[in-house]
Amino acid sequence: MDSWLSYRPEDFLLFSEPVYWRLFELHNAALWPAQIPALIAGLALAVLLIRPTPWAGRAIATILALAWATSALTFLPRYATINWLAADLVPVLLLQAGLLALVGVLGDGLRPTSNRGVRWAAVGLCVYALVLHPFIATLAGRPFSGAEIFALAPDPTALVSLAAVLAAGSRPAIWFTMPVPLLWCLVSAATLMTLGTWEAAAPLGAIVVVLAAGLPSALRSRQ
Amino acid sequence: MTDRPQRPDLDRRQLLIAGGAALAAASLPFAPAAGSAPGPVLRRTIPSSGERVPAVGLGSWITFNVGDDPVLRKSSADVMAAFSEAGGRMIDSSPMYGSAQDVIGDGLKRIGQTEAVFSADKVWTRDTDAGPAQIEQSRRLWQVPGFDLVQVHNLVGWRAHLETLAAMKAEGRLRYLGITTSHGRRHGLFEEMMQSHDLDFIQVTYNPVDREVEARILPLARERGIAVLVNRPFRRGALTQRLEGVALPDWARETGAETWAQMLLKFVLSYPAETIQIPATTRPEHARENLAAATSPLPDPATRSRLVAFLQDL
Repeated sequence: MDSWLSYRPEDFLLFSEPVYWRLFELHNAALWPAQIPALIAGLALAVLLIRPTPWAGRAIATILALAWATSALTFLPRYATINWLAADLVPVLLLQAGLLALVGVLGDGLRPTSNRGVRWAAVGLCVYALVLHPFIATLAGRPFSGAEIFALAPDPTALVSLAAVLAAGSRPAIWFTMPVPLLWCLVSAATLMTLGTWEAAAPLGAIVVVLAAGLPSALRSRQ
Repeated sequence: MTDRPQRPDLDRRQLLIAGGAALAAASLPFAPAAGSAPGPVLRRTIPSSGERVPAVGLGSWITFNVGDDPVLRKSSADVMAAFSEAGGRMIDSSPMYGSAQDVIGDGLKRIGQTEAVFSADKVWTRDTDAGPAQIEQSRRLWQVPGFDLVQVHNLVGWRAHLETLAAMKAEGRLRYLGITTSHGRRHGLFEEMMQSHDLDFIQVTYNPVDREVEARILPLARERGIAVLVNRPFRRGALTQRLEGVALPDWARETGAETWAQMLLKFVLSYPAETIQIPATTRPEHARENLAAATSPLPDPATRSRLVAFLQDL
């Protein structure tokens, strides 16, 4: 055990920043044109948060479950070519897809709250993840072909999930479907911080928004 | 490959004697710095065999972990080609380094150097029963007939893995074995193992800032006739980044160094032990520059001290 404790976080960062970002370019090229239905599904989710219907919770959960499964089965195997830890995360992301199906689809636990303030906060996070987050690549001087797209890449998928759980505010949703997106945001932030890029602010910011601002309000709205 | 060991049947004592003589002739510790023009790439003698290898090798941590990216695989092969053309031979990797082993195997095949490389890899698994299978998997990725050197990575499962490596060596399936550590980890145990085991190589971190090994590890390596692979000569690039924009002083240029990277490499090379550095790079020109640092003259003790003080004051 002591040999493992002697490792530092940077010892497990086995790739350089350019190699990490190239991963998304290759991923997008390999999956094209899957980006189009993925974005349509993400925007549909945002619309359901703005104008909830009786079946909105189940539809949101279905979209998210499929998004997590897609990220797990397409992105992580590619990520595993440069980070062997990624292979161990496949079951975790698939577990999240299963939990969303269980809590959201079967239990209808992701039905958006009637609290408009919380819903709009969630929509804001959602719109960032779907529309603005992909442009971070361009903002950082990388080609748009390396954009991180909802459902195809875990970061925006985790951000949209946090938004949806925030909008639901139900205790089952929070307890069962929020830990994995939060965990992923932490892992992603740690990776990006170790790489030394400012882009770590995105997953960190999402955690702060959810934990400090939205979550207490969402919980109050359900009381 | 031109300088494989010629007398593999020598016993350890004979090899140590031969190695000791070669060591004295080859290492030229603290050679006078000024005046002489750069010569051929310095070689270091592996004390346990007398084999001589270029004093600068090529690391692969981070730099060659490029996955399946065809563009970056081609770039990695270009680095290996530049390294080989400049006279380099030893490439180091580990199962811990993601796709690096596969990228090395692919690159060596592309440039036709699979047979010529001095292949240095590691075994790195807590499941000690899995050691032989991991070494075989690594060999397949490298696409080499067998490894020249396998070391126990960061002492993980060292007891069983060293037994495996010793058995492989006895069977002629491995030429050298060793142990590694980095960042000053577990130096106490490391030292004990150097005393109690027949090691051909050790691998440690050494640079003008991380000098802990100067106290005991490097002198012990000399005493025990163990070759030393030096990792992180640039402190993971932190040293060269810190020195960016800082003009190379005349006293450093007198060693023949034209860049700070070369000066840092020359610092390590000037320590009087059989040190072989394994800096990693993604750029062919840096691979050439690193090899060019392994030429005489080397810094004398005063220049070494000056460099250490310079970095402390920076």
